[in-house]
Amino acid sequence: MKFSLTHEQLSIQDAVQDVVKGTLGERGLHEIYDGDREKEAQLWRELGALGVLGAAIPEEHGGLGLGLLDLALISEVLGYTCAPGPFLGHVLSALAIELGGDDKQRAEWLPKLASGEAIAAIALAETDGHWLPEQWTLSGKDKLSGVKNHVVCADQAALFVVGLAGGGFGLVDAKAPGVLIEALEGIDRTRPVFRVSFDNAPLSILPKGAAAAPRVIDAGLALIAADGFGGGRSCVERASEYAKQREQFGQAIANFQGLRHQLANMALDVEPCRGLYWFAAHAWDKEDDGARHAAALAKAHITDRCLQVARDHIEAHGGIGFTWEYDAHIWMKRAMFNFAWLGGVREHRARAADLAAW
Amino acid sequence: MDISFGPEQDAFREEVRAFLNENWKAKVEGESRPDRAKRERRLRELAVERGYLYRGVPKAYGGSEQPADALRGEIIREEFARVRAPYENAAGGATQLLGTLLEWGNEEQKLKFVKPTLYGDIAWCQGYSEPNAGSDLASLRTKAELVGDEWVINGQKIWTSGAFKADYIFLLVRTEPGAPKHQGISYLLVDMKQPGITIRPLKQLTGASEFCEVFFDNAKAPADRLVGERGRGWVVSRTTLKHERASMRGLNYQEARFRDLVRLAKETTRDGKPAIEDPAVRQRIAALEGFIAAMRYSAYRQFSMEASGEEPGSFSLMRKLYSSNIAAEMAAIARDLLGDDFLLSPGEAEGKSRLKWAHTYLTSLILAIAGGSSNIQRNIIAERGLGLPRDRIEP
Repeated sequence: MKFSLTHEQLSIQDAVQDVVKGTLGERGLHEIYDGDREKEAQLWRELGALGVLGAAIPEEHGGLGLGLLDLALISEVLGYTCAPGPFLGHVLSALAIELGGDDKQRAEWLPKLASGEAIAAIALAETDGHWLPEQWTLSGKDKLSGVKNHVVCADQAALFVVGLAGGGFGLVDAKAPGVLIEALEGIDRTRPVFRVSFDNAPLSILPKGAAAAPRVIDAGLALIAADGFGGGRSCVERASEYAKQREQFGQAIANFQGLRHQLANMALDVEPCRGLYWFAAHAWDKEDDGARHAAALAKAHITDRCLQVARDHIEAHGGIGFTWEYDAHIWMKRAMFNFAWLGGVREHRARAADLAAW
Repeated sequence: MDISFGPEQDAFREEVRAFLNENWKAKVEGESRPDRAKRERRLRELAVERGYLYRGVPKAYGGSEQPADALRGEIIREEFARVRAPYENAAGGATQLLGTLLEWGNEEQKLKFVKPTLYGDIAWCQGYSEPNAGSDLASLRTKAELVGDEWVINGQKIWTSGAFKADYIFLLVRTEPGAPKHQGISYLLVDMKQPGITIRPLKQLTGASEFCEVFFDNAKAPADRLVGERGRGWVVSRTTLKHERASMRGLNYQEARFRDLVRLAKETTRDGKPAIEDPAVRQRIAALEGFIAAMRYSAYRQFSMEASGEEPGSFSLMRKLYSSNIAAEMAAIARDLLGDDFLLSPGEAEGKSRLKWAHTYLTSLILAIAGGSSNIQRNIIAERGLGLPRDRIEP
């Protein structure tokens, strides 16, 4: 038994953290929140140079040939640092092409996605919270019409991977005629969302898309869980640091047992989530029978607990935590995205209960 | 990452299973108590010979003295539990006492006490808490004075589990009244069967009497029953057996209770349908399963890291509180499933009865109190896990 990380995995995490922190600096996230996206683009180039965008893409197509666990470990760091950009939709698109595409599609797209030279976005959500393969209704053979919502970083995408009726995927070139992209006023400005409308746009079906889709969804659930855990870990650390510095009644507020116990409860919510997301990703890599259940449970549990902790993080700061100028709201809004994207906590708990066959 | 035990350990598991198949029956019809005790003792002896039990105890004191291998230790524990075979004696704090004796006891003490403790020939109880020394244990006031070659003990202990059936008590006493509170305590082994000791059982809120008050009125102990140095009892009492410390014990228990809870939800009907089909019930149990799964994989991680000698991280500080919270939520879900049965006294209900859950509703509080209350656990997490300044109240 070795349910722990290798030195290589830990050094990838360190390298990603250094790149994100180095690129964003002190005020990078605030610049992004105020509309200047230059550092987001710079970060994408840096992550591409590091090779992590292709972490799970096979080596023959220019990736590192690693697994979902490695992608999830990277996601944890991105959540920890609130790293902005298209990573989530991009790596899920690459998985869809790798698992569902034919040789030609894989050879055409995977090398460009591995380097980050082309950005892909995944278009899943339809109206009424329909995120899952059995709920998709858009259809077409070689032309596609219809609307998808909450597509992350669609404005930067060269390629859309679109969920189709029957639970498969198709590819649409973002520059093709008949593709309209509209920004939504997203809650999380580190991962802006768009409505993408297709009007007779040229479509290329992924032949094994229907087999790939459940795996891609499960991978997405595990990656969001990992991002959520990273964010929660950051909130616990930040709230603890603040408590050590902030003084009231002539001493650091960390001395007050009421706050100490709140901070301990936050840590108690977050820390046990680490193994839960590890297992969800590991079970996916092993194609374990319990992988679907683990992914649903991890997403529901972790995004639920870590959103609460993101709120507690603000509360532990008092008034300063409620300001736009301070960082705390950026983490909470990231946690709100994690809670809702790919379906909310209630949906995935219901799925987990069904998958447990109670 | 590998979550399996691996082929070599799987083979070891087969070996343990075969041993138990050959040597142990969980039930023998019409067996008397003494016969059963004999059978249990025989199995423990065989298991020690085979190197399965008391792996951290030297052969000289009756153990099997095996090299530390946490995976093997865990496999043995799981397999013994699976067929309800007698495992290592843990009654009355025996596990803790053994760790302390092996580290601090002198040769004579080890020879006299270790082996009989392994086989339960000596029953122990733990004398730590006092009416005015609970979370603040180091303020304990029961005193022992050396008069000639005997310790003379006066004072009172409380919450002493199993005192009425214990042969000996391992006792924290104040021997150096002038010293700072942590440095004035000694660790003493005292015979329970003597005139200076009075035991009064405490009736618990369940109606059962398991723990007691113990009064010392000029009780005596020979001078050489002090374990470790005089005045070092605080440090001595903090000792635990480090050999194969990693274990999934508490986890297996919670997982079994969770399966029981799902069964209760299946067997309970609401409006003519199983309660488990109610979406609100499913949500709540799925939310609980999130905590159980988080605990499972955190325990795997802790186990894995401890077994390979790595620092296991802050979850090890959280395990008790996490488990207490899970027990409380299980009790609350069961409460909602019990309906009118929640009005009935469970008594000592056990087995598969629905009332077992009303009993669990009461006893789930034990976890949040015994062995360091939940608020004490939060203090520990804040201080050691989050690096917050030490509590201003002297710990």
